[in-house]
Amino acid sequence: MAEKKNIFERIWDFFASLKLAIVLLLLLAVTSIIGTIIEQNVEPAKNIQLLTKIFGVKAAPTLYNIFVRLGFMDMYHSWWYTSLLTLFALNLTICSLERLPKTWRLIKRPITPLPENAMENMPLKREVRVKTSLSIAKDEILNALRKARYNVFEASDDSGVQLYTQKGNYTRLGVYIVHCSILLILGGAIIGARFGFDGFLNLPEGGASSYAYTRSGDPVPLGFTIKCNWYDTRYYPGTDTPQEFQSELVIFENGREVLKKRIEVNSPLKYKGFTFYQSSYGMIPDAEGEFILRVTNNRGEEKVLYLHLGDTFDIPGTGIKGRIVDFSPALGRDPSTGELITYADTMVNPAVAIQFNIEGDAHGAESGFKGWILRRYPETGLLPGGHKVEFIDYWGVEYTGLQVSKDPGVWIIYLASIVMGLGLYVAFFMSHKKIWVRLVTEGSGGGNSVRILIAGSTSKNRLALERQIEHILERATETINQRQSQKK
Amino acid sequence: MDSATFFSISTLLYFVAMATYIAYVAIRKTGVALAATTVTIAGFVLQTIAFLLRWVDSYNLWVSANPSTTLIESILRGAPLRNLYESLVFFVWCIVLIYLIIEFRYKTRTLGAFVMPVAALALAFIDVSGMSKEVQPLIPALQSNWLLFHVLLSFIGYAAFGVSFAAAVAYLVMVTESRNEKAYIFWSIMVGILLIVLIAMGIDYLSMSASPKGNFIRNYFLRSTFKSPSDTVAILSWIISIAFIVFLWRYGIGLKRVLASFSITKNMLEEIEYKSIAIGFPLFSIGGLIMGAIWANSAWGSYWSWDPKEVWSLITWLLYAGYLHARFVAGWRGKKVAVLALIGFVGVVFTYLGVNLFLSGLHAYGGL
Ligand code: HEM
Repeated sequence: MAEKKNIFERIWDFFASLKLAIVLLLLLAVTSIIGTIIEQNVEPAKNIQLLTKIFGVKAAPTLYNIFVRLGFMDMYHSWWYTSLLTLFALNLTICSLERLPKTWRLIKRPITPLPENAMENMPLKREVRVKTSLSIAKDEILNALRKARYNVFEASDDSGVQLYTQKGNYTRLGVYIVHCSILLILGGAIIGARFGFDGFLNLPEGGASSYAYTRSGDPVPLGFTIKCNWYDTRYYPGTDTPQEFQSELVIFENGREVLKKRIEVNSPLKYKGFTFYQSSYGMIPDAEGEFILRVTNNRGEEKVLYLHLGDTFDIPGTGIKGRIVDFSPALGRDPSTGELITYADTMVNPAVAIQFNIEGDAHGAESGFKGWILRRYPETGLLPGGHKVEFIDYWGVEYTGLQVSKDPGVWIIYLASIVMGLGLYVAFFMSHKKIWVRLVTEGSGGGNSVRILIAGSTSKNRLALERQIEHILERATETINQRQSQKK
Repeated sequence: MDSATFFSISTLLYFVAMATYIAYVAIRKTGVALAATTVTIAGFVLQTIAFLLRWVDSYNLWVSANPSTTLIESILRGAPLRNLYESLVFFVWCIVLIYLIIEFRYKTRTLGAFVMPVAALALAFIDVSGMSKEVQPLIPALQSNWLLFHVLLSFIGYAAFGVSFAAAVAYLVMVTESRNEKAYIFWSIMVGILLIVLIAMGIDYLSMSASPKGNFIRNYFLRSTFKSPSDTVAILSWIISIAFIVFLWRYGIGLKRVLASFSITKNMLEEIEYKSIAIGFPLFSIGGLIMGAIWANSAWGSYWSWDPKEVWSLITWLLYAGYLHARFVAGWRGKKVAVLALIGFVGVVFTYLGVNLFLSGLHAYGGL
């Protein structure tokens, strides 16, 4: 009578089952779809709209409530999805633990000679006959095997000699390495969720902060101060396609500057566990900024000016005076009327309007002219007479949007990635191979021919072993034939 | 000649190759088989030239905007893998390459009748969906080496999965004995749906007003068939589609007789189906999931944010992991795992196209 299993053993068996693994893999795959259709963590209206579209006005509110109960609006953090992941981790651990001792025995088991009839029954085998003595045949097979880096053992009985060898025993561990890396990733993710921080910080140009903010708006102290010197969007020449979003950030500790970096989208600033990513930007409402202009006269003397709307300036040594009269963040022409318009409210194509006058000119303002100088088109600042006004920036009106995160688990994730890469390589591209070779003298009397029977088995990729065995045989028979002909 | 011209010719050649492989399967003349291979190789060579020329174009575009970057970085940034169009083209290139390798290694041309349609359909999809073919400047989020390797390896992985899909369909055609078998019903419905969606998109494309092709999916997708404002047309579309699937189901079995008379064996198909997944899975794990996560971490500040593209990659990964375990650990064989291979490829198609076309998310990358 079969022994009755206790509750612990039954639970263990449940988690060690491979059926459960396949069911869980497919279940996770299917349920994950929900969260890609229902938009996660957005205001209710969006998803109610979606439900109305699919199920009609009547059913939508009820369905929405049911879905909220089921956690579908933040489903990857819902109790049931996390439970599935926990089950998955348990299954993976126990299933691997259950199998590991068996695999370990397979790895450690020394290879033994096979009886001839067992070799005959192997699916992968080859047979050749060579005209030579047993010892020469054995030598050459041995050489060929060693060239293929096999560590060969030898046994002989009254009917012949057997060579047997195996390699790649440890590649059987590849799958366990992969499984281990999956657990590591789950562990790293838990650590990140527990001890990490994911927030944001909007800094105006020139502004500084010692706090970052969580998604719900709570301040979290950084332990240092971060300042934004400037924010800038660069565009591809002649287009409004952004080429780079960038900010210059400075870190201060105890009032001293300790680090300065220009960040870009793929190049964040890291300091004391926090990472600051360029994630958005925008205009500060109603901000009064500072115009930064560089004026150069035709002798090449230049000067950088910091001005406000309405300020006047002069170009040194020329008698030309300018006054800032207008600003547009995005100056363009209306395609139908041809008039100048502002076509966007962010600084896509910033332009400053300047009223120029010549000093001492009796006609005053009437003799001057007003011109728009566009930052992205420096040629708009060329004045008659070879003088030049460049619009460098309208500073202090934009803010940079920083994503601030701290993830102490990310190193585990990276480590796990490397482990998984290695594990996958071993699991898919390496194998545990065994080869047996039996050599028997044939023919009458002392015999002048040897029958070589070679058989192999492998944990995967039989084709590759087949090719290797053929190669070994070829190499051995070739050298045997050479030696034979030399002897003659 | 410029890149686009070479590419058009190669597209044409791939269609001819597809037809020739199918003709070969139907009439079994060695001359036809040789022609099919020759045309495929010619198409492949031309596509390679088109790909390299396009690389040169986008390299120049990058350098003109960023004169100060190093040579290597400029070459990497110039890689023509920056939008959906370019990635589809690369996918086709990979799948044809993998197919040619298989043809030479296994010395069989029958599989061409299954693989080349996958390549040709992908190319047809490009034209039908009206996606932008411009050489576009690289937006900031895409300026990362991780992203480049991520895309490169993912697409080789996808192509390998595509080959396994073709082999699995061929396998199912070969081994199912009757129309009432579940596996037979499954493959005929799936292939039927794939073809119907493509044909429907073709009709959308033809009936689309000439000018704004930009927002094809939102404005035109299935609007001239299933989602037509006229109920008659919509109902008719459903009826025709169902009739088409029934037709495929009724006469698909004829393919079996055709295949049976070839040198290709079901073991060979099963092996190709598995081997492609065994190559695709590690590539997709490392290139798709891991490098994608590293890139996301460097660009967005989070290696995993459950956005639809990420989740669908995970789904695909889980499906193929399910396949591998079913086959190697649970010991499933034959039809059961071939069906899993088909389901896995549905995951691929959705990860690759469905998410970009239908679901919103962080991934600005690859929009039409
Ligand atoms: C998505 C998650 C998983 C991945 C990517 C994965 C990966 C792999 C791979 C690549 C193999 C080797 C297949 C081959 O021989 O080619 C394998 C084998 C195996 N897997 Fe998983 N696995 C996953 C989840 C699981 C889970 C949850 C279990 C737990 C039940 C499990 C149990 C096993 C077992 C028992 C083997 C066979 C080991 C042996 O006997 O050599 N796997 N796995």
